[in-house]
Amino acid sequence: MTSDVHPAPTGGSAGSRKGWPLWEVFIRARRGLSHQHVGSLHAPDAEMALRNARDVYTRRGEGVSIWIVPSSAITASSPDEKDPFFDPAMDKAYRHPTFYDVPEGVSHL
Amino acid sequence: MTAASLSRQPLDSADIDQADIDQIALATYVLGLGDDTLILAQRLGEWITRAPQIEEDIALGNIALDLLGQARTLLSYAGEVEGKVTGTSRGEDDLAFLRDEREFRNVHLVEIENGDFAVTMARQLIFSAYQYELYTALLTSTDPTLSALAAKAVKEVAYHRDHATQWVLRLGDGTPESHDRMQAALDQVWPHVEEIFDTADTADILTALPGVAADPAALRPAWSRYVEAVITTATLSLPAPTWRSRGGRAGYHSENLGHLLPDMQNLHRSHPGASW
Repeated sequence: MTSDVHPAPTGGSAGSRKGWPLWEVFIRARRGLSHQHVGSLHAPDAEMALRNARDVYTRRGEGVSIWIVPSSAITASSPDEKDPFFDPAMDKAYRHPTFYDVPEGVSHL
Repeated sequence: MTAASLSRQPLDSADIDQADIDQIALATYVLGLGDDTLILAQRLGEWITRAPQIEEDIALGNIALDLLGQARTLLSYAGEVEGKVTGTSRGEDDLAFLRDEREFRNVHLVEIENGDFAVTMARQLIFSAYQYELYTALLTSTDPTLSALAAKAVKEVAYHRDHATQWVLRLGDGTPESHDRMQAALDQVWPHVEEIFDTADTADILTALPGVAADPAALRPAWSRYVEAVITTATLSLPAPTWRSRGGRAGYHSENLGHLLPDMQNLHRSHPGASW
């Protein structure tokens, strides 16, 4: 039974309380959709994080599947780099698929 | 006259017919199951704002609300069945808030104090594993209300059982401190195990209406297999208590219930008929 107990990621995170690391929670609302980030929580390990996510984020039948990712495993872009990262895309209208008609009846496109 | 008080008196078959006796046995049985869930829901609710983490706070609150939902169905049904015999049926609120200690039919396990987190988890493991076997057995009850409740509740208690299991594994197989406190918690709670499997408490309904109730003794082998596997995997040892609780189903309770009831009943008794 202990074989499913994942070791807690070492190092914790800036937000850890009493040594419990932080986890990011992704939930798939229904089949066919992708997992969406819904928030974060603290838990001693991945299996407990999964159960906590079930209690915190799916109380009202929000999901059919949950992913848990250690927050420390996420590499994020920095707000300072916002301009070089995103600005060059702003004036390139041809990158947007606005010249096509979306067929009727196609959802989630 | 209540089902609770009727069941304590020798029944004179000249005054009351067999069908009524059967209904009283059913009402008493359902009341016992309902009181177990009501009192444990109240106990778990005491953790709200006091749990070690906000995530655990929510988890315990969810479990408490699941149990309260089961209590509502069971108490309403007990009141309805009782009403067929007495002529005046009591609602869920009457039964929850207007009975005194001696009229409650819960086992002692659910009324013991929360203690530390390990005690709460030990109690939860024992009770959820019992409820899992109970509701699994009641799926095939010939009583439609009980089998419908079991179908819904068995999924809820499967989660409660898993939640308690995860914590007993982690605390037992954690640090030396958590191991010792988890073992101490099991030792403290275990004397209350025997009572929940006591067939004598359920004899009336098993005889009166075969196929309606689950014989608690028959639930025990599967319960033992599950709980003992958890305890062994958690590197804990199975307690061997030198005493056992008894009498909860007959209305004999520990001091703990006397302290719990005013907390639970005060609002309703101070403001009769108050609603949200």
